[in-house]
Amino acid sequence: MRYLTARKRAVGKGASGTGTEHHWYMQVSAVALAFLVPTFIYIVGSAIGGTQEEVLATFARPFPAILTGITLFVGVMHFNKGAQMMIEDYARGSMRKILIMFVIGLSYATIATGVFALGKIAL
Amino acid sequence: MADVNRGNRPLSPHLSIYRPQMTSMSSILTRITGNALIISVMLIVWWLLAAATSPAYFDLANGVLTSWFGDIVLVLSTLGIWYHFLAGLRHLYFDAGHGLDIETAEKLGWGMMIGSVVLTVITVIVV
Repeated sequence: MRYLTARKRAVGKGASGTGTEHHWYMQVSAVALAFLVPTFIYIVGSAIGGTQEEVLATFARPFPAILTGITLFVGVMHFNKGAQMMIEDYARGSMRKILIMFVIGLSYATIATGVFALGKIAL
Repeated sequence: MADVNRGNRPLSPHLSIYRPQMTSMSSILTRITGNALIISVMLIVWWLLAAATSPAYFDLANGVLTSWFGDIVLVLSTLGIWYHFLAGLRHLYFDAGHGLDIETAEKLGWGMMIGSVVLTVITVIVV
């Protein structure tokens, strides 16, 4: 006779360990990005191809700087968790853990570099 | 209590035995575009860092992004981001419990493919 209930045995055993929380994050960030991305494409798309003075002037203004920063953060974290889902589908064991750690590291490094650049330009 | 199949389950369905369908293709394209977009983001972050660093470094990054190769990457990135954008909206619609019958899902799939091309053309013209 097992004393654990079926539910208790199932909790935390999904591919990610915390499936609902993960999925909720993806939904929240997806809605945020649906609003952010069109403006982001317009701002960054217009800035690419300009001279350095023009680029610096664009991202020295509060709205482009803040919008680019928040889109970068939310977008890369959305990538982070999406890529984790992909890894969980195709890899298992230690390889799965190593790949997830790599993606998390890559995500934070990308965000940190972007925020540093934006901060240096804006301040 | 149901103690069924605690053994090894397959990780993913065996996709290779299926004929390509709109539902499966639009789904895998969502994953491919979403994950490929990190390359676009890293390129843009590199370009921002270069702009913040020095004129010489900016010339290098700007040169790469405005070369013919950079143009191809940026246009493909735009197509990828618009496709993923529409796919995300469809996913939210699915999550809310709508549009899950095959006919609607396939129609939405065509809408994503055609819509992303249209939005990319508009973006290239406007931006």
